[in-house]
Amino acid sequence: MGLEIFNTLILCLLVVVALLSLWVRDLVVAAVVFGVYSFLMCLLWAEMGAVDVAFTEATVGAGASTVVLIATIFNIKRKAKD
Amino acid sequence: MFDDGSILNQLLIERLNYFIYVVLLLIGLWAMIAKNNLIKKLIGMSIFQTAIILFYVSIGVKDGATIPIYLPEHDPHGSDAQRDLNGTGSLLIEPQVLDASLIPQYTNPLPHVLMLTAIVVGVATLGLALSICLRIYRAYGTVEEDELLIKLENEDARKKGLPRKRWPRRKPTQNKPGSSIKNKKAGLPERTRVTKPDSARSRKPRNQTNRADRTGPESSHKSQEIEKKRPARRKRAKSSNPTKEDNAS
Amino acid sequence: MKRLAFVFVLLIGLLLAWAARDFPTWGDPEAPASSSPVSSHFIANTGIDTEVPNMVTAVLADYRGFDTMLETVVVFIAGLAVYSILGGGPNRRSRDRELVVDFEPDLIVTNTVRLIVPVIQIFALYVLAHGHVSPGGGFQGGVAMGASFILVALAWNLKTALIRFPIDRCFMVAALGIVIYGGIGLLSMLLGGEFLDYAHLSKVLPVSPEMARYHAMLGVEIGVGFTVTAIIFALYASLSTDGRMRDGL
Repeated sequence: MGLEIFNTLILCLLVVVALLSLWVRDLVVAAVVFGVYSFLMCLLWAEMGAVDVAFTEATVGAGASTVVLIATIFNIKRKAKD
Repeated sequence: MFDDGSILNQLLIERLNYFIYVVLLLIGLWAMIAKNNLIKKLIGMSIFQTAIILFYVSIGVKDGATIPIYLPEHDPHGSDAQRDLNGTGSLLIEPQVLDASLIPQYTNPLPHVLMLTAIVVGVATLGLALSICLRIYRAYGTVEEDELLIKLENEDARKKGLPRKRWPRRKPTQNKPGSSIKNKKAGLPERTRVTKPDSARSRKPRNQTNRADRTGPESSHKSQEIEKKRPARRKRAKSSNPTKEDNAS
Repeated sequence: MKRLAFVFVLLIGLLLAWAARDFPTWGDPEAPASSSPVSSHFIANTGIDTEVPNMVTAVLADYRGFDTMLETVVVFIAGLAVYSILGGGPNRRSRDRELVVDFEPDLIVTNTVRLIVPVIQIFALYVLAHGHVSPGGGFQGGVAMGASFILVALAWNLKTALIRFPIDRCFMVAALGIVIYGGIGLLSMLLGGEFLDYAHLSKVLPVSPEMARYHAMLGVEIGVGFTVTAIIFALYASLSTDGRMRDGL
């Protein structure tokens, strides 16, 4: 029962975080929130029993992908207009 | 409304997970279509990709199953297997195929394998798309879609000799605290948008102000900016960079 | 136009949600994906065919080794493409005005990173080598290793990291990874089997065919690790400096 509550909570948080990452105007904040999204995915997969996928998402998604996104944003204008 | 068998019950209670995956797919798809900023579009693309991976992995879930690594008691070559302790250390029992009744105990490994590839390919795609964004910024000075369209049309019009379009009108943004004081001191009205006429618009792209809006942590370092061109170009009203105002010429 | 996109996306969402009613119940062991003969074969036969307890690594590197090899090639192509799109290298003419921001590397950060980077690299090698028995493998270890170089680039500047891992050597290491992978496959072909059929490697290695598959999987994962390490670092180096490779974040 507790596991189902955990599952539902993380899924709802996932939707909120996805919307937030697209709504903020500062691109670095959007990239960091996207990192949070990756971490929540990793948690979800670890709970589902997909440990290899969770490990890969934790390193690749929350590690490499976020860093590469922030590295790009530092070269362009940091403030999005919409 | 919520009784057994109705649509809402089926979707929201029994299959809540799938419903939320559909919502995530929609968020990613909408972001790719409707957002103006190219980086936001790419974030939408990544959300779309990870939502699909989530869906794929979750169809291999079995109730009460463990992770797809052999438990020591089922592993024919593992630490629990009986070995010949006197001489060679070889196995006493001939290794056998896992019993079919034990298969539902293990999560299905096939979706995991496919999605490992998908995640890595996703990050490769993201890197490539970001490099194209950087090239666009280098060439046109902006990553907003509507500004890009206008610049492209102006380029075409300039080649053909037709009249050029104006910059897109945007809603005035909220006043930040403090900025209105600066503008009042300079005698300007609050937050007017200065649009230059076409003849005064320079042809050079806007990336002259490369890394121009660095605020915050950068200004706390001891930073010296070595400018390579004449500083007279900097006289635009840029209110967002404290370091330049420190070294104001 | 964007509002039309929103309506369109909602329509697609309704269609997907309607189709989601047909999915099997969450976690059903009799669902078609979980009871398919392919995945049952993988779960049952991994122990006796390859002596590797981790089913996901076995399927990834042995049963579906072709996919993994071509995925590594995709990662390599992506890194190469980013480098060439951004015009990488010291020959790049930069027509834009550059702001050379010169600041001291912070004392605490550099000393902490000095202590942490060897630990990260050893952990990455452990994850790579232990991928047979625990979650891990080539991709995860490779990304962690590449991340350690990115950490050096963040704590000092990119030049410090590029002294240790120059960009041309990056691409050589990445290509070496693919050569290792393809080389093991070719070796199996030369020994009489099919491409990537590792059991025939027992003719050159003094082990049984199952252990030959075990060791060949390790070799293949090492190849993947090389490529992923080099490309993750090259991706960061190209993107954070817009191809200039001179100053860093």
